[in-house]
Amino acid sequence: MASQEILREEPSRGSFINDPRIRSLFFQTLVVILLFSSIWWIIHNVIENLQRLHIASGFGFLRSRAGFDISDTPIAYTSDSTYFRALVVGLLNTIIVAVAGIVLATIVGFAIGIGRLSQNWLIRKICTVYVEIFRNIPPLLVIFFWYSGVLAVLPPPRESIHLPFGSFLNQRGFYLPRAVWGDGSWLIGVALLLAIAMAWFVAHRARQRQRATGQQFPVFWTSVALIVGLPVLAYLASGMPLTFDFPKQSTFNLTGGFWVKPEFLSLLLALSFYTAAFIAEIVRAGIRGVSKGQSEAAGALGLRSGPILRLVVIPQAMRIVIPPLTSQYLNLTKNSSLAIAIGYPDLTATAGTVLNQTGQAVEGVFIMMIAYLVLSLVTSFVMNIVNARMALVER
Amino acid sequence: MKHIAIGILGAAALGFMASAASAGTLDTVKQKGFLQCGVSTGLAGFSAPDDKGDWKGIDADFCRAVAAAVFGDASKVKFTPLSAKERFTALQSGEIDLLSRNTTWTSNRDSALGLDFVGVTYYDGQGFMINAKKLPGVNSALQLSGAAVCVQSGTTTELNLADYFKKNKMEYNPVVFEKLEEVNAAYDAGRCDAYTTDQSGLYGIRLTLSSPADHVVLPEIISKEPLGPAVRQGDDQWAHIARWTYFALLNAEEAGVTQANVEEMKTSTDPNIQRLLGTEPDGKYGADLGLSNDFVVNIVKAVGNYGEMFERNVGSGSPLKIARGINALWTKGGLQYGPPIR
Repeated sequence: MASQEILREEPSRGSFINDPRIRSLFFQTLVVILLFSSIWWIIHNVIENLQRLHIASGFGFLRSRAGFDISDTPIAYTSDSTYFRALVVGLLNTIIVAVAGIVLATIVGFAIGIGRLSQNWLIRKICTVYVEIFRNIPPLLVIFFWYSGVLAVLPPPRESIHLPFGSFLNQRGFYLPRAVWGDGSWLIGVALLLAIAMAWFVAHRARQRQRATGQQFPVFWTSVALIVGLPVLAYLASGMPLTFDFPKQSTFNLTGGFWVKPEFLSLLLALSFYTAAFIAEIVRAGIRGVSKGQSEAAGALGLRSGPILRLVVIPQAMRIVIPPLTSQYLNLTKNSSLAIAIGYPDLTATAGTVLNQTGQAVEGVFIMMIAYLVLSLVTSFVMNIVNARMALVER
Repeated sequence: MKHIAIGILGAAALGFMASAASAGTLDTVKQKGFLQCGVSTGLAGFSAPDDKGDWKGIDADFCRAVAAAVFGDASKVKFTPLSAKERFTALQSGEIDLLSRNTTWTSNRDSALGLDFVGVTYYDGQGFMINAKKLPGVNSALQLSGAAVCVQSGTTTELNLADYFKKNKMEYNPVVFEKLEEVNAAYDAGRCDAYTTDQSGLYGIRLTLSSPADHVVLPEIISKEPLGPAVRQGDDQWAHIARWTYFALLNAEEAGVTQANVEEMKTSTDPNIQRLLGTEPDGKYGADLGLSNDFVVNIVKAVGNYGEMFERNVGSGSPLKIARGINALWTKGGLQYGPPIR
């Protein structure tokens, strides 16, 4: 009986065309062949057409003299530098604005997200309005809002607004005094590193002690005292080597000091305020996602609302928050390419100029794509490590 | 799975078809019935739409002249506004048939970029413009050390600017935008102290500023900017048509053939004018180019001769009021010289 039933369940061997496994194998192979041949065809077509149109190709142009200047140069760059260096400058500018934007967006986003859950009606409503406005306006318009609506209407350089600590604000940007480190200032840096190491050690010991004895230690204030106090002591001990270079009025503009250009400022503010609206929603969802029983249980144990949020709710909320946060970071990095609209020399703008000066369109676009891909993959990689550390550890 | 496979197959087939079409530009243009011409996104005097949306300017008129030569009808032209960055790719890819967009003729563009320059429709040079009201003491570009300078990216202007400040050991802060309108807006808003581009362009841009009278163009000319139309390299027939359209405009001016008297001139017995207007018995200079024998008549009827085109768009007949200067005919001490039609 049993053997007969097994026989009946065997697929009929009428024709191998009707065999689902063979069919599936056949179509998968077919798709792979088509995919690779179309990739091959695209590359072949590009090369052939470039030759037909008498357009020089290859990456040799990267070693030629660039000939154009860039306004923001984090590394030494002049018009005598190579195209390659110009692209590196662009990439660094993208990284600078992306990292600064991610930090600012995270801070603002968390504040707004927590604010949306506040007991205070006014704070809650302000945060809701913020999210609804910035989430629903295209980022390009937010950039234009900051650039043309806020920064461009500031007074011209000769009528700069004086701000405290010798800083100035005008339509050409934001000017801060620049620290000039004199001889012996290395001591301050060493003191700072030492203080950070000590603070870490104190925190580690305090945790051990709390676990063993239940006694708490004011880690936060000790760390602040160490990190601020030690460098100050070192500063006094080394004979106060720090001076400031204040911005001064010259023929055209303010010179000296540290100059933040309006292009960077508006891009940074726009990207971070835009992304912060999304982060706020993610944070709110994360906090809401922690079951109410958790905070009630913590309350029953006698914890106050601050520690409940910090020690119970947020660590659990982070597990929900981090994966979507990663996509927001990636979005921010990619949205930074909108810089081209206001003339911030990011990778897209610089590569665009290189592309146009050399006419190497295919190579230029290829370099841009690879650079953004690598940036995004690195961001994901870092966030995946953070995610893995935050993940629930079964004890 | 099947759907994906069919999709890929379809896409590949489409691609193959697209690459197969590579006939001569003249045939392609005749077949589609109009000339696709790349112009700027709006530069007064060269190519800018007026309040009715019609493109005006020397560059736009050159497009019309070529359309008149090919079709006998100057209205058979469609304009594609292009940024400095888009222009070469648009021509290389075949999106446009002719690039007539205040483009500087350089060796690199003529060779490595696969372009073929037709001639120089406007001899220009790069200059600087400043707001004299805000910067009263500045009357030379050599006083611009430390200035913020607005410039359009991907232009020869951007390169000359870097060279000029380097050569004169001056500092500057480039403020670079991709689109002309963005540069204009930033300069008008006071983001930069000086604006640099071709001098003719500066005069045109000055008219669009909020208070044109406050701005002055500084006397220094820091570069040679021969501006002219370009076609794709490798299509000699099409290059000849564009080139001889330009020469025809010059020869018409030299021979005194104008938009007003061209019909009259057709009866002229001067052999030079007969050859030019295709009225010479048995002459087939137009047909040799792949055009009709009276192509010059069509051109002049549509846009006038070179001098008329110049005066109407940038000269005394325009708000720009630029003098002919080196753009006068060679017979009047200028550089414009058309080889003979014979």
